Amino acid sequence: MRPLEAVRMALRTIRAQKLKSFFSLIGVLIGVTFLIAVVSIVQGMNRYMVERFANTLVGANTFELRQRPSITTGEVSDSVELEWRRRPRISYADADYVRARLTTPATFAKFCEDRVSVHYEGKVAKDIFLAGTDADYFAIRNYEITAGRAFTEQEVQTAQPVLVIGSELAEKLLPNVDPVGKTVQIGGLPYRVIGVVAKQGTLFGLSLDKFAVMPFSAQGRRLICPINILDALIVRTDNPTTMQRAMDETEALMRARRGLKPWQPNNFHFETAEGALGTWKKISRILFLALPGLVAISLVVGGIVIMNIMLMAVSERTREIGIRKALGARRRDILAQFVVESATLSGAGALLGIGFGLGLAFVVKAVTPLPAAVAPWSMLVGVALGVSVGIAAGVYPATRASRLDPIVALRAE
Amino acid sequence: MSTIIRILDLAREYRMGDERIYALRGVTLDIRRNEYVAIMGPSGSGKSTMMNLLGCLDTPTAGEYWLNGEEVSRLSDDALARVRNREIGFVFQTFNLLPRATALQNVELPLVYAGVRARDRRDRAVAALERVGLGHRLEHRPNELSGGQRQRVAIARALVNQPSILLADEPTGNLDSVTSEEIMRVFADLHAAGQTVIMVTHESDIAAHAERAVVLRDGRVESDRLTRGAAA
Ligand SMILES: Nc1ncnc2c1ncn2[C@@H]1O[C@H](COP(=O)(O)OP(=O)(O)OP(=O)(O)O)[C@@H](O)[C@H]1O
Ligand SMILES: [Mg+2]
Repeated sequence: MRPLEAVRMALRTIRAQKLKSFFSLIGVLIGVTFLIAVVSIVQGMNRYMVERFANTLVGANTFELRQRPSITTGEVSDSVELEWRRRPRISYADADYVRARLTTPATFAKFCEDRVSVHYEGKVAKDIFLAGTDADYFAIRNYEITAGRAFTEQEVQTAQPVLVIGSELAEKLLPNVDPVGKTVQIGGLPYRVIGVVAKQGTLFGLSLDKFAVMPFSAQGRRLICPINILDALIVRTDNPTTMQRAMDETEALMRARRGLKPWQPNNFHFETAEGALGTWKKISRILFLALPGLVAISLVVGGIVIMNIMLMAVSERTREIGIRKALGARRRDILAQFVVESATLSGAGALLGIGFGLGLAFVVKAVTPLPAAVAPWSMLVGVALGVSVGIAAGVYPATRASRLDPIVALRAE
Repeated sequence: MSTIIRILDLAREYRMGDERIYALRGVTLDIRRNEYVAIMGPSGSGKSTMMNLLGCLDTPTAGEYWLNGEEVSRLSDDALARVRNREIGFVFQTFNLLPRATALQNVELPLVYAGVRARDRRDRAVAALERVGLGHRLEHRPNELSGGQRQRVAIARALVNQPSILLADEPTGNLDSVTSEEIMRVFADLHAAGQTVIMVTHESDIAAHAERAVVLRDGRVESDRLTRGAAA
């Protein structure tokens, strides 16, 4: 018998019993659905975390010198928390010290941030992130100014009360007017809006455009940072290599400045895009470790279901097997017929599973801020697994079928 | 004429627990090419047992079976499958068609196992169906055909691989007398065209179509004689 013949025969049988076939492949379907959906979502998350999350919060080739981590997603124990709180804060003087001594070319920005309310003509915008920083901050963050301009080093040095605002703040607080030139109130003090930053979009559904930036020296900085204290010194270099070098240098400078002995740990923290991803990487590793287990369980269950269905098929079709043998089918023809049938069945389950998995991934993408990225390899793995499970599950029933005695099989009813 | 089948002391016994049932107790018989033989005898005399042995569906417990000069009673499973496929066409009382397959697909089946290409298969299956007068029922399934038509499909299927012998175990057992006559005419035509035919039947008027009648009783040959049909 020709190999294609067996596939054609299998498809004919499966088509004749659509509903039964569908139920028999549900296990494989679920397994592969799982595989595709989880891989798609995790891959999507991965890309999202790398491209959006990490780079939005910290930025490429950028590190922040801080007292303590600002992005903590995991559990932090009380003792660690206490140690963090006891550390000295980063002062203006620390920032100037590092800036003055760092030999690696870099751009610097002092940085303080807190949430404030912004008022304009009786209206108020709450939960606005107000940053106090240097003029280079806009370059470090890759902020594009769509209206007006950023503030200058001059304005920082002279502590001008000027403000560059995010696009959402501009739309909410100053709709239908040109925001540039308007004066808004923060903490009772007036600030002149001089520029608007291009729309940044959202992160996990949260707007990234509800912010305002002012010179760190401006009057009213008390609102966001105690005097002479910074949340961070932001340092940006050209590429990952120089960033690492700058970070190493900064570490040495800070340790020396704080008189740390070699055995003492750092009492300051570097935040990087890479570091911000740490927790996510842990989560995705766990998901990827758990995935084979979940998929394997469904596939094993699916395989057992298919094996039972095939055993039933063999006993229901004993007469057919007898007829085929009477007409000259050899053992291996019958074996091939049932193995191929089982593999085709299971392969069809895998294909459906891929469809369902993609559907699930896209539903997740549509109803949650989570993205989904389909991994072609997962589809190949899905089909390969499905077919293999089918073959494995089909061998025993098919062997039984092939060993039937023609006369006994013909008499069956 | 040359001998196509030679059986020597062929026996088949069944064991049921401690009991032994002797279905065939040593039958010796020669059948020549292009003979038309009717196997007769009372129920339980061993007719079907013998046909199944001749059809290589079953293996004897003793004796020899020479088919076309080859001893086939001790062949392996796969070798027997080959013999069934190439040398033997079997027609059953209950037709034994695949219910979900069309007439054409049923007739193609032996060719599938012979490894014939799809295109050639169709041509040969159509020719076989035309030969039994069913060229207009190719796409019908068994349940869309009358009993006589079903048996014709089965005959076409038995013939399609041009077997050396055509075996039929009570082929008209499930048919009315008019339809039986039609089927007998098909066998007569095949025999006239040179086909060797061996047929089991209860009825002497059916047996009259054959040239030779072998009567079994209790698993032995009781008589072996020419019929009136042989003279014609
Ligand atoms: N599988 C079997 N197991 C045990 N005994 C069997 C088996 N098949 C047939 N026999 C016995 O062998 C004997 C011959 O049976 P066989 O079927 O050859 O008879 P038959 O001549 O074809 O009868 P009928 O005209 O009723 O079809 C019977 O006594 C039957 O009971
Ligand atoms: Mg019988």
